[in-house]
Amino acid sequence: MKLLYFAWLRERIGKNAEEIELPSGVATVADLVAFLASRGEEYAHAFQNPGAVRAAIDRAHVKADAPIAGAHEIAFFPPMTGG
Amino acid sequence: MQANIALQREPFDAAAEVAALTRGRTDIGAVVTFTGICRGEENGAPITALTLEHYPEMAQAEIARQVEAAQGRWALLGVRIIHRFGRITPGEEIVLVVTASSHRHDAFAAAEFLMDYLKTRAPFWKEVEQEGRRSWVAAKESDESAAARWVARAAE
Repeated sequence: MKLLYFAWLRERIGKNAEEIELPSGVATVADLVAFLASRGEEYAHAFQNPGAVRAAIDRAHVKADAPIAGAHEIAFFPPMTGG
Repeated sequence: MQANIALQREPFDAAAEVAALTRGRTDIGAVVTFTGICRGEENGAPITALTLEHYPEMAQAEIARQVEAAQGRWALLGVRIIHRFGRITPGEEIVLVVTASSHRHDAFAAAEFLMDYLKTRAPFWKEVEQEGRRSWVAAKESDESAAARWVARAAE
């Protein structure tokens, strides 16, 4: 599964993309956030406030309880500030 | 109706975009143009520049979904959206929304709807350079409530 990070999440994690193997038991976006936050200091820092993080599965917005089975690309980013 | 969405680094010419949208057409009776411009100050302090980061593939898809939603609510005859990314200095334009319809109400409402959704749903993030420091612009609660009121209106 491909993960993408944008804005300050990208800066805190130190990369804009990576491929990961999903461990069993990671079923939703919230599960994935908790798993990622356990991968090291930079991830813990990026995901320290899960409420400040938005997610998209295969380029569409999703909520934290969205299932991630079958996803190809999951992106994490702060609330958007375009326009 | 073909929606025409561009994500680009380069500046745009709003007047030329309106001319292209309306050329040769006599069904269009109203065109609304919104241009978002980079201000020279943020939170009371002068800014040097904004840098917009974006998620290109999703931005294209998400804006197309927003245009489709707008078409479902109003009788639109044309839509043109341009959103810039990269470094933008004060006075430069950032975003363009042009809507065309037979009568003004549809074009006005759709342009405002599209801007409210671009602000809160299109995957762009602004970083501001101020006094030699860079920081990420925080999302505004007022932008969230501006977008949310369209949901309330749809439910009425």
